[in-house]
Amino acid sequence: MSHDHDNDLTSLQRRRLLQGLAALPFAGLASIPADVLAQQYPTAKVNTTKLAVTDTEVTVGQLHSATGTMAISETGSIQAEQLAIDQINATGGVLGRKIKVIKEDGASDWPTFAEKSKKLLVNDRVAAVFGCWTSASRKAVLPIFEKENGLLYYPTFYEGLEQSKNVIYTGQEATQQILWGLDWAAKEKNAKTFFLIGSDYIWPRTSNKIARAHIERVAKLGKVVGEEYYPLGHTNFNSLINKIKVAKPDCIYAIVVGGSNVAFYKQLKAAGITGDKQFLLTISVTEDELLGIGGENAEGFYACMKYFQSLDNPNNKKFVATFKAKYGAKSVIGDVTQAAYLGPWLWKMAVEKAGSFDIDKVVAASPGIEFKEAPEGYVRIHKNHHLWSKARIGQIQADGQFKVVAESPNLIEPNPFPKGYQ
Amino acid sequence: MGLSEMFNIALMQGFAGISLFSVLLLMALGLAIIFGQMGVINMAHGEFMAIGAYTVFLASTLTEKFLPSLIQVYFPFAIVAAFCFSFVAGWVAEWSLIRHLYKRPLDTLLATWGLSLALQQTFRSAISPKEVSPTLPDWLMGSWAPTEGLDIPINGMFVLALTTLVTAGVMIALYRSRWGLRVRATVSNRSMASAIGINTKKTDRLTFAIGCGIAGIAGAAFTTIGSTGPTSGSLYIVDAFLVVTFGGAASLLGTVASAFVISQTQSISEFFMTGSMAKVLTLCLIVVILMIRPQGLFATKVRR
Repeated sequence: MSHDHDNDLTSLQRRRLLQGLAALPFAGLASIPADVLAQQYPTAKVNTTKLAVTDTEVTVGQLHSATGTMAISETGSIQAEQLAIDQINATGGVLGRKIKVIKEDGASDWPTFAEKSKKLLVNDRVAAVFGCWTSASRKAVLPIFEKENGLLYYPTFYEGLEQSKNVIYTGQEATQQILWGLDWAAKEKNAKTFFLIGSDYIWPRTSNKIARAHIERVAKLGKVVGEEYYPLGHTNFNSLINKIKVAKPDCIYAIVVGGSNVAFYKQLKAAGITGDKQFLLTISVTEDELLGIGGENAEGFYACMKYFQSLDNPNNKKFVATFKAKYGAKSVIGDVTQAAYLGPWLWKMAVEKAGSFDIDKVVAASPGIEFKEAPEGYVRIHKNHHLWSKARIGQIQADGQFKVVAESPNLIEPNPFPKGYQ
Repeated sequence: MGLSEMFNIALMQGFAGISLFSVLLLMALGLAIIFGQMGVINMAHGEFMAIGAYTVFLASTLTEKFLPSLIQVYFPFAIVAAFCFSFVAGWVAEWSLIRHLYKRPLDTLLATWGLSLALQQTFRSAISPKEVSPTLPDWLMGSWAPTEGLDIPINGMFVLALTTLVTAGVMIALYRSRWGLRVRATVSNRSMASAIGINTKKTDRLTFAIGCGIAGIAGAAFTTIGSTGPTSGSLYIVDAFLVVTFGGAASLLGTVASAFVISQTQSISEFFMTGSMAKVLTLCLIVVILMIRPQGLFATKVRR
């Protein structure tokens, strides 16, 4: 720590410094007051690439769908990222600079996502962007982030088969969710025959492809006795349910998304396929979806995620309480919401490790970053830009929460390009 | 697979077809009145369904909060309320928007489309951007299992019964009541109807409101099988127009027949191929038949 520049403090800076010192006892997590920290890292040094960083402020972007179909899902991410940013600001900011957020609405429309990301990177020169949900929106912004050298924190669990210097994936990729879940189903639930169901677009189709490869070729768990896709928004599953009854699978493996889920589970129940008679494992139902489905309509079924709101650890209890205090007692936290919460914190840690806001330095500093206070437990960034994280199985309860029934003993190494699954 | 099991599956699959038929018919019925009888292209039809569905959600929330003992019986009342809410909304929409556009039928398309977007945003801001689902009475959600391996969904039977009731009601009202007579007269020849003393403006408003009210009933019924979100309406609207156009716009019988043909094609092909392929096949069938019969399955002659 150098004190060279103490000599040329202006009176304003000196006053700030004194205020900062006065605030020291109340600063909580931050051991060094923000302004002092900002002094130690002059803007000219921490920002050599003309990002929107001043002596007191750093600007980041938030790019989600606040309107359109995906608003249903992305609202939780927006809230969680805002919460993390508020907390970081309350404890001194990043390198002594308060985070300022520019919110952009992708409006559930992929070209709009691309356009807004370009605006954030080129016009606003943001130091990081937290955003996107669907693979389609991520694919739309990816070339822009790579060309303009931006940094995106992407929160959704997804199909894998992607890795970029300019993206940190805070959700789990396919092998951390699908493979572990299927192995658990085979081992603990004796599942030998599987019926794969999905909504008809890239994520469910790719995920089921990986699942089928795992079941039939790689792990040889058993046999796939049916694979079906229905258009997004489909609400009539009666024929499908009859096909399931004919096939009599040990395990229904469901990747139905959005509103279709509600129709799917209500109709399963109405056709007598309930949790006490049939084993069903899903990777697309979180607490958010259960609000719509109604816990009683999916009671007894299982989901494989890395995070559930009911996780019993001190980090998570604190996180849930803070989240509810800010967004209402009735709000729920799904897997992606938690992953979105990790984004700003992981960015802060990488910036402070790098001692710079420059994208290349932050990216270089990212592998190995550990977040011990994560609600899901300890996580660490892998050099492939995904997180080491645990996989968990939750059983759906009537109140719309999950009971955690299994947990991977160790952190699972992310592997976005699994061999033998393409 | 045993013979009895095959029989059970056949029965359940047959019911799946009938169940889809009742859903499609209920969706299209209100539209058949508005589009078929009045010629108004109501793009906001789906949002009027959503109003009905949200009414049920509201009713269930209020019941749970204030009268939790009545949660098993509130549902029929909620359906009536759904009709009333959508009816009033339709009345207001006709008064403020539609009535200025009767001479420009294509503009009703734009105006009601705008209305549908405005309503969607209202749902999003005022209620929730998330999908909601009312708490339904237990008796509605199970299955009726007369023998082992045979499960007939109770919500399916409920929607079927409701559709029968509403269709019969609309038929009787349209062909056996003063209002029906006035509607049919106005549709056939507006100026003549007006000349013989029919208040065509009042008839239009009532007809539009009733069409919207029926959409509300449909929305309420669909809470038993699906969810309600701000954009749910736009999911229904395509199917509803499909049924009405395919059946022949001005014919109620055509709407029933068309709902039956579409649902059976869809349901049977769904069982033997994948869901997406079944949808493609159904749409192809509709396109081919509409090419042969552009006026739809049943067309009534309209004097112009």
